[in-house]
Amino acid sequence: MTSNQPGFRVLRALVIAGVTFAALWFGLRFLSDPVAFAGMPANLSKLVQALIAVVLGVAGIWALFYAGNAIIEALPAKATEILRPYLFVLPAVAVVGLYLIYPTVGTVATSLTDVPEGESFFYNYSQAFTNPDVLLALRNNFIWLLIAPLVSVVIGLVFAGMVDKIRLESLAKSFVFMPLAISFVGAAVIWKFVYAWKPAGQPQIGILNAFWVWAGGFLVDLGVISEVEPIAWLQVIPVNTLALIAIMIWLQVGFAMVVLSAAIKGVPAELTEAAQIDGATERQIFVRITVPSIWGALLTVYTTIAIAVLKVFDLIFVTTGGNLDTSVVAVRQYQEMFRFRNFGQATTMAVILLVAVIPIMVVNIRNLRRQGVGA
Amino acid sequence: MTVVVDPESTPELAPVPAKRPRRRRDEQAKASWLVRVSVFLIVALWTLPTLGLLINSFRTSTESSSTGWWTSLFNPFATDWTLDNYASVLGSGGLFEALVNSLIVTIPSTVIPITLAAFAAYGFAWLRFKGRSLLFGIIVALLVVPLQLALVPMLQIYQGTGLTGSFVGIWLAHTGFGLPLAVFLLYGFISVLPKDLFESAFIDGATPFTAFTKLVLPLSVPALASFAIFQFLWVWNDFLVALVFLGPSSDVAVLTIELASIVGSRGEAYHLLTAAAFVSMLIPLVVFIALQRYFVRGLLAGSVKG
Repeated sequence: MTSNQPGFRVLRALVIAGVTFAALWFGLRFLSDPVAFAGMPANLSKLVQALIAVVLGVAGIWALFYAGNAIIEALPAKATEILRPYLFVLPAVAVVGLYLIYPTVGTVATSLTDVPEGESFFYNYSQAFTNPDVLLALRNNFIWLLIAPLVSVVIGLVFAGMVDKIRLESLAKSFVFMPLAISFVGAAVIWKFVYAWKPAGQPQIGILNAFWVWAGGFLVDLGVISEVEPIAWLQVIPVNTLALIAIMIWLQVGFAMVVLSAAIKGVPAELTEAAQIDGATERQIFVRITVPSIWGALLTVYTTIAIAVLKVFDLIFVTTGGNLDTSVVAVRQYQEMFRFRNFGQATTMAVILLVAVIPIMVVNIRNLRRQGVGA
Repeated sequence: MTVVVDPESTPELAPVPAKRPRRRRDEQAKASWLVRVSVFLIVALWTLPTLGLLINSFRTSTESSSTGWWTSLFNPFATDWTLDNYASVLGSGGLFEALVNSLIVTIPSTVIPITLAAFAAYGFAWLRFKGRSLLFGIIVALLVVPLQLALVPMLQIYQGTGLTGSFVGIWLAHTGFGLPLAVFLLYGFISVLPKDLFESAFIDGATPFTAFTKLVLPLSVPALASFAIFQFLWVWNDFLVALVFLGPSSDVAVLTIELASIVGSRGEAYHLLTAAAFVSMLIPLVVFIALQRYFVRGLLAGSVKG
């Protein structure tokens, strides 16, 4: 029997598919309970489990495609031609359908229908918009949206413009860029130390309060103010929200700086040189020529940070837990979901986020497409 | 980034922009003192918080809770440097297990979406079938959906099927949330590959499957790498998806979850918190520093992650 005979292809497809499914089935059984399944001692099993999990996840997805292809190629030629494209696109479409389309529809539907007997579809929304806690969260999201993207873009732009002129440019950029690799949870821990507070009179262990007390001490000596108190930055309302926003800015400036720096380097040298010959100062060139030339990049950075800010969750959840007037919509959603088990309100929060994100996202994608990204 | 300057290239395809012909030294030296001082100040502001954490992680609990980290920096010889914090979080603290869990979650959660997206991008770009533009349009449109929309319905499914707390469950969740961006980016790359390439391969008897594995994948390595780093960092640093779908049980808790629980339960155990935070940041920082070029390239392209 040669490899071109249909019988061989069918047999081959069956063997490949059988082996793949059997391996995946045993692998997944093992993963779900390694100790019971293979009788392994618990401490050894962790590393073995890790190895098997990684191999299973990585090789498994490839084996599935390979098996799928073997099956399709074993079919009559005409069926192969028709089905083949779907082997390529349907897995992605199916996963996206399950994890994004289905739940999005479900979320909107739940927010409208998960209401007490006899109430209207908009019950959850009218509840939300009359609940002072939700209004507070919305207000905070608005404050975040107002401050964080703008400040990040401005600092990123100014830094990108300045660093373009100095030696050690890439070193300086690396330092500002580094927080991008740090998680929100990690950043929250880092800044808990920056904001640490000790009662007046004790040595401050947080650098911000140490600086605050030290600088305030000068002003006291000068007679400008009468006394200086260390501040519990994450507890005092409304300073705490601003302190949290500062962490977000710290995380996002690197992104703004890198994108804008690359854009600045792309401004044609003839433009700036011509202006220089005409006697324009550095600052005039920057404001009148560089900034307008990189408008697309500025818009991308601004909208991207704005979306990240609207969805902010981890930072607040880990630092203040949304207490002390720092809550935002995403934190509210989590609390409705897990603390109050109120899925109607939780989904309503999600829909509010969606409605807020859509216009910004549309601007972002259109802007990217204008610049030639994607299709 | 490059797109901004060069509308003809897709960003993930284009190499990191070649530095403009280097300015002459005298021109570079023109930066004023004001500029230099400002740059230095910003760099200091952006570095000190992390540096403080790093230094505190090597100090004893008594020292880190009574004096600022900078006192040790100024008096390095009077300081009682120690590795105990790391030893105790990695030993009894359960952090080692969390580190392994993070790897178990992150590696497949990076490879699976890239694989699915690469197959799909090739299918959308080069194969003709019914519903092609509709399906592609739907996937791209899903870029606008924040993952918060998925939480309640997916949680209900997961609790119903027992997928909560399973690694397969979180792999698939990260795959679903990462796919629209991955397809969007890889399509941008794969659809502009030269047509002749495929024609000669098909004449030689290649099937679309072999053309994909032997030609498209090797050629797409830069785009795949950019997305891989982006997704790796995203998944490693993720907190919300892990919290909802994996939960805080210590068998499966990843580093961010473990770290957050230390903040919650032992928030005043400063010395342990610092070491734990550093352990969680180590791998992303290494990946990031080693592969910075690819990361920068993927960054703008990745800016639309939902």
